[in-house]
Amino acid sequence: MGRRKTSSDGGEMLQGTLDMLILRTVLLAPAHGHTIAHAIEQTSEDVLQVEHGSLYPALHRLEDRGLIASFWGTSENNRKAKYYRITTAGKKHLANERSRWDELVLAVARVLGPAME
Amino acid sequence: MSWRRFWQRKRRDDDLAREIESYLAHEADLLVSRGLHDDEAAWAAHRKLGNRTMVKEKVWEMNSLQLLESIWQDLRYAARLLRTNPGFFAVATISLALGIGANTAIFQLLDAVRLRMLPVENPQQLVELKIAPNDHCCNGNFVDRRPNFTSAQWEQIRSRQQAFSSIFAWGDEQFKLTQSGPARFAEGLWVTGDYFKTLGVKPLIGRLIDSSDDVPGCGSSGAVIGYSFWQQHYGGDSGVLGKTILLDGHPFNITGVTPPNFFGVEVGRSFDVVLPACAEPLVAGKEASNSLHRHYWWLAIIGRLKPGWTLSRAIAQVQTISPGVFENTVPEAYRPEQAKYYAKYRLTALSAGSGVSSLRNNYEQPLLLLLGIAGLVLLIACANLANLTLARASVREREMAVRLAIGAGRNRLMRQLLSESLLLTVCGTALGILIANAICRYMVKFLTTQRNPIYLALSPDWRLLGFTAAVAVLTCVLFGLTPAIRATRTAPAGAMKAAGRGLTADRERFSLRRALVVAQVAMSLVLLAGALLFVRSLHNLLTLHAGLQQNGLLIMGVDLSELHYPPERRAVVYRDLLDQVRATPGVDLAATANIVPISGSGWNEMIQIPGVKSQRDMIPWFNRVSTEYFRTVGTSLLAGRDFDRHDTVSSPEVAIVNQEFSRKFLDGANPIGRQILLVVGPGEPQHQYQIVGLVKDSKYQDLHEDFKPLVYVAQSQDKDPYQGINVLMRSAVGAGPLTAALTRAAAKADPGLSIAFQSFGAQVRDSLLRDRLMATLSAFFGFLAASLATVGLYGVISYMVARRRGEIGIRMALGATRGGVMRLILKEAAALLIGGLVLGTVLAIAASRAATTLLYGLKPTDPSTMVMAVGLLAFVAMFASVLPAHRASRTEPMAALREE
Repeated sequence: MGRRKTSSDGGEMLQGTLDMLILRTVLLAPAHGHTIAHAIEQTSEDVLQVEHGSLYPALHRLEDRGLIASFWGTSENNRKAKYYRITTAGKKHLANERSRWDELVLAVARVLGPAME
Repeated sequence: MSWRRFWQRKRRDDDLAREIESYLAHEADLLVSRGLHDDEAAWAAHRKLGNRTMVKEKVWEMNSLQLLESIWQDLRYAARLLRTNPGFFAVATISLALGIGANTAIFQLLDAVRLRMLPVENPQQLVELKIAPNDHCCNGNFVDRRPNFTSAQWEQIRSRQQAFSSIFAWGDEQFKLTQSGPARFAEGLWVTGDYFKTLGVKPLIGRLIDSSDDVPGCGSSGAVIGYSFWQQHYGGDSGVLGKTILLDGHPFNITGVTPPNFFGVEVGRSFDVVLPACAEPLVAGKEASNSLHRHYWWLAIIGRLKPGWTLSRAIAQVQTISPGVFENTVPEAYRPEQAKYYAKYRLTALSAGSGVSSLRNNYEQPLLLLLGIAGLVLLIACANLANLTLARASVREREMAVRLAIGAGRNRLMRQLLSESLLLTVCGTALGILIANAICRYMVKFLTTQRNPIYLALSPDWRLLGFTAAVAVLTCVLFGLTPAIRATRTAPAGAMKAAGRGLTADRERFSLRRALVVAQVAMSLVLLAGALLFVRSLHNLLTLHAGLQQNGLLIMGVDLSELHYPPERRAVVYRDLLDQVRATPGVDLAATANIVPISGSGWNEMIQIPGVKSQRDMIPWFNRVSTEYFRTVGTSLLAGRDFDRHDTVSSPEVAIVNQEFSRKFLDGANPIGRQILLVVGPGEPQHQYQIVGLVKDSKYQDLHEDFKPLVYVAQSQDKDPYQGINVLMRSAVGAGPLTAALTRAAAKADPGLSIAFQSFGAQVRDSLLRDRLMATLSAFFGFLAASLATVGLYGVISYMVARRRGEIGIRMALGATRGGVMRLILKEAAALLIGGLVLGTVLAIAASRAATTLLYGLKPTDPSTMVMAVGLLAFVAMFASVLPAHRASRTEPMAALREE
């Protein structure tokens, strides 16, 4: 039933990269959805625009795969928020994806050659 | 998409909702801190989040098992639709249930009788030994249900065979549990020592018979009892071990009980007690023992193949030992030429993993035929349903068109339509299984008679479940798929335009429904013709002139084997008994006979007739009867005299023959005064009879047979009467009130007599079991098929009338008469009917050949039967189409046209 499968998971981003970004964001400390969305935007200096809503299916999928875990906590604004932290499996996955990404970037760069003006 | 998520979905949905609220609140906080107003900030937060429903839906999808859920949705939708149309639902479910139930029931019986393996260890290794069929097999006395071997042959086979790791022989017997008066019986088995070991059966309690129990000349040793006998007679008490049971007056110690699922090796039978074969001479007495006579055939043999041996290798081995087996076991009483044939017998072997059965020979073909019939019924039911579904689909044509037009997937729609069929099939199958159980039990009860208790293991097995599932799936596909495909093939634009308009819409769609009706009529004609054939065959059997007056004839079987009287004493007892019975009020006529006609028993002898050229096979059948026998059974004496009291052991032996005797052996000449000489073996007494009477032909063993040449000899001249006799009585009173008086009369003749009553009519009915079964079931199915086809025709004609309402209105407005409209509709119905009948006649003639051997007194292509079937179906079907035709002729032109 493919009628609803219209937008790809990462918006306009490459498939799988959003997962990597999320994992990287929660690597240092647990964070809730709002923080994660803004962190991705800010650290990429607003190059990567995430549709904030699309973050949630991705978060749930990652949780399903056991790469992150969630808990309810109180945020810096004193509001209830659902926090996500990275799991051991998530760290390993991130490392793998990271090296694969680096290889990909290198390979693409090699094919493109030096920048032409 | 996991089950875990699926089950926690409610909680997860709430969780997500809270999470999104939390996001919105944080974003709003952020925006407010940057200087926005509260409500402005809330709006901006929503925009930032994007489509909230989409997010929820995506997560929801992740939490669901899509296929399963949409099927569940479809099923619920189908159930709702069916609820709004209970009439359709009821008709569909019931016709499916009947079709599936009938198929399941008959397959269940077939499975139990034919396919199922014995519930013993590695049944596929079991092999039954037999004598290879030949023209001269076999002569002597045949004692039980499977008289394949004599004791002497068994001894030889056991010592010579090499193909089997272990081997056993068994025979069956009904043991009397009572000592005198009205008899009660137990079904018994005689088994040799390795019976249980070979089959790998372990005792439930106690110990079973083994080779240490089966030693020649053993005394009254231990008996093993079956599970149900243990439950019924001993209440399942384990204290039964060591108790004594009296069998034919001999005490046996009960040593063990067999497990519940073990019924022996004969499918269709069970047993109550098992005794070691070595005790047989003790129970039967030396004189009558099966074991001690080389011409008494009473054993069957099964062996377990040695590891690595195949059936063909075993056959080769038993063939090589055959000469040794038969040369060493020639019965003493055989004449030299019989002995020569005997020595040439060869052994062969057959696979016996599914047990042995006489039921199988008798009922395999009828059951296969019934399965075919039930299959046709199901097909008709499917055609009917397909037709109904098509009719419903055309009502929903617009709905489908709209849904297709707004983008519904074709597969999705088809699945929805199919799930309606699926739901019907599931309901029909569930109900069908209940019906199957009832039919099955009914059939087993039908086949069980007093003398032949039928036992079948009917518990469902994988084969049965598989069969039912396959039938159900096939049914669903057959009646559901075509309508579903058709419904979704509609071009939306066309359907929407055509709906309601157009006077002769959809020729193509309608032609499928016509074809279905034609097929239904054809198939039900086949079934109806078959049913009529079987019913008429049974009718032939019930009304044929058997040469006997069946009504009012009562049989009293008398046994005195336990009294051990000498022959002279027996003759006296029989004479006294007959006198006592004749003196009983209510008994009009009475006589004795060794063989009760149409009971299946028989006795034949080779004869010579001095003065007549000796024919090769002069083997008439015999009976030994008392005076007044012919008047009692109602066979008229044509010439000469009946036996009378001047015929005694000391007077010359006399005989009475029937017409067939004189036709066959004397070219129709008058037999009276001729001599009959028995051809006997060395050492047997010579017999020469003078024919003194001629009687009409009558049936001897079975109603199906042609008249046989018969010789009656006089009871009063028998020097060595059997240990039992039958008293036949004619009475207007009936069996019930007479039994007590007759029991007293028997006790007066000798208090030690053991007796059992049966009505002759019941015995004849029992002999017609197969015919009655076929007639009853095929009539039921034929009726069912005809009703379904009639409903189908009615449905199609009604539908056609409804569709052509506008056209009919116009015709009537233009001056067509009511009669003309009715003719128009009936012509349509007649075309369908005639098409079906022609096709059906061809099919019926082709199919009826399968029934040839099951019919009596008529050919399978009997023209009058065919005409009857065609007439009957045509009448009913036309009647069914008159109704809608009449309705059409009542159409009000204005009303019909205004509807458009």
